[in-house]
Amino acid sequence: MLNINKIEENIYEVPMGYRPGMRVPGRIFVSEKLRNMVEPGTVDQVANVATLPGIVKYSMAMPDAHLGYGFPIGGVAAFREEDGIISPGGVGFDINCGVRLLRSNLDSKSVQPLMNTLIDALFEAVPSGLGATGRLHVSDQQLTETFLAGSKWAVEEGYGVEADLAHCEENGRMKGADPSQVSVKARKRGRPQLGTLGSGNHFLEIQRVEEIFDDAIARKFGLFKGQITVMIHCGSRGAGHQICTDHLVVLSQAVRKYRIDIPDKQLACAPLGSPEAVHYFGAMVSAANYAWANRHIIAHWTREVFERYFPGSQLDLIYDVAHNVAKIEEHNVDGQRMKLYVHRKGATRAFGPSRSEVPEAYRDVGQPVLIPGSMGTPSYVLCGNDRALELTFGSACHGAGRVMSRSQAIKKFTGKDVKAALNKDGIVVKATSPGMLAEEAPQVYKPSGEVVDVVHNLGIATKVAKLVPLGVSKG
Amino acid sequence: MKPFEYLEHTADVKFRAYGHSPEEMLSNAAAALFKSMVDPFAIQAKETWRVLLEAPDLEQLAYNWLSEIVFLFETESAVFSTFTVRLQQDGSLRLEGEIGGERIDLKRHAFENEVKAVTLHEFQIKKNDVWCIQVVLDV
Repeated sequence: MLNINKIEENIYEVPMGYRPGMRVPGRIFVSEKLRNMVEPGTVDQVANVATLPGIVKYSMAMPDAHLGYGFPIGGVAAFREEDGIISPGGVGFDINCGVRLLRSNLDSKSVQPLMNTLIDALFEAVPSGLGATGRLHVSDQQLTETFLAGSKWAVEEGYGVEADLAHCEENGRMKGADPSQVSVKARKRGRPQLGTLGSGNHFLEIQRVEEIFDDAIARKFGLFKGQITVMIHCGSRGAGHQICTDHLVVLSQAVRKYRIDIPDKQLACAPLGSPEAVHYFGAMVSAANYAWANRHIIAHWTREVFERYFPGSQLDLIYDVAHNVAKIEEHNVDGQRMKLYVHRKGATRAFGPSRSEVPEAYRDVGQPVLIPGSMGTPSYVLCGNDRALELTFGSACHGAGRVMSRSQAIKKFTGKDVKAALNKDGIVVKATSPGMLAEEAPQVYKPSGEVVDVVHNLGIATKVAKLVPLGVSKG
Repeated sequence: MKPFEYLEHTADVKFRAYGHSPEEMLSNAAAALFKSMVDPFAIQAKETWRVLLEAPDLEQLAYNWLSEIVFLFETESAVFSTFTVRLQQDGSLRLEGEIGGERIDLKRHAFENEVKAVTLHEFQIKKNDVWCIQVVLDV
């Protein structure tokens, strides 16, 4: 059994002294059932994060927490501006990996018969998988503009519409980008990949709204039972990975320079305000903006495909969330208003109605929180609550979380079996590398319903709707 | 001595690579990185890529070497099967690498994974009887 203490239902504490040097305790938000799926290594990682300078309240892990590197996946931690740090270990390699949800005005009965054709067309329209290069040929100058302006750049170039911007976290453009901190290598990886989905767990999915849990909020989000939605899950591609790689090297030197004791090399970091921290932040924001532009372009091509088969149909953006990012936010800590660098690594922001960051259209209910399923399992839409601000700096889970390693998955399943099983359930799947489907078999993830229930029961975010996959395009 | 072995990791790929010299260890580590993605017997060393790297110590040089291979894989759309490493110490540590491989052909190269980055998580180099490097890859 893990050496963690139950504080109340769904909240466990990693006590001070679990490992030396902890500055705050850890908090893991799991049910009894999910607790048994948390590996000891994940708890160690929560404790490791608790040793970093300037951390406030708790080092946290969301219900989908599993073993990562540096931070656990599902990790959330906030650091004071005065004496805290920023760490790429708390953001991840795929900077601003995130989820975008579009709602259609179509009902599943009219779309289902065309599912094979639609998935083929989407697979064609949105390049995915290994070595995929985009349909776009952007210049170096345009790439710089992407880093600076994100989705806003995409809209100016004719991808998407102005109204989309009000329905993206940060309006699809985070402030503070500094493209001069993006290396030539990162540009070389990022340039040909703008407008591509990538591989691994990234997907483009046609879904049906299967169940509505909260009628009033669902109406606010424009969701109804039987409706067709489209979900896009991807990030900043090679650009983000190279930016993280480059700055990890610099920050590994910075921990020696500033004499910061870190328990894991992936937690390399620099004191906020130091040149190394400022440079990493500027590069990280550039990658975040690239990712928003990327999802914007993919959404545009998706709309074109729908227009071809369903002329006059609408695909409106509900919301777009980042789940790998560090952001400057104000929070109340022990009655004091503080400026914090909140790291969310495999965690989604879940702000309630009191926050000005929530888009105008959702200001009276809270922001949409988008939780993608794995291939073949349901996705969920939730709505952020103010309670999350007290518990988790306004953060929720980001997915189901793995329980089985990729190597185990490959031994246990073949890509062909996985595809056949999904087809049997009526789900159409198209993938560039069928061999890679095995490691994404639905069985390698925790039950997503259980993860979402913990978030709902804690009052972090309210369950609004359950979406089931009908067709999936994968890398 | 086996050249490398894979260890269990829930979300990513973890391996240890060995060598009688740091050069051999780095060469085996590159082979382990690539074998986690695609069967090396399906790759023909038709073309050669050369890399020159420099770092203050062996650990950082090893990180740069493996990261460089990921960078080349992605930007050259190539898969690699042979790795020759030469090290030179003059002030800083220098690596000269020769990498043999070919351009990706998805009909012949069936990928099981795509390595996207090299992490520093539990990254370490040790020398006991032989040299050993431990690496976790982001896939």
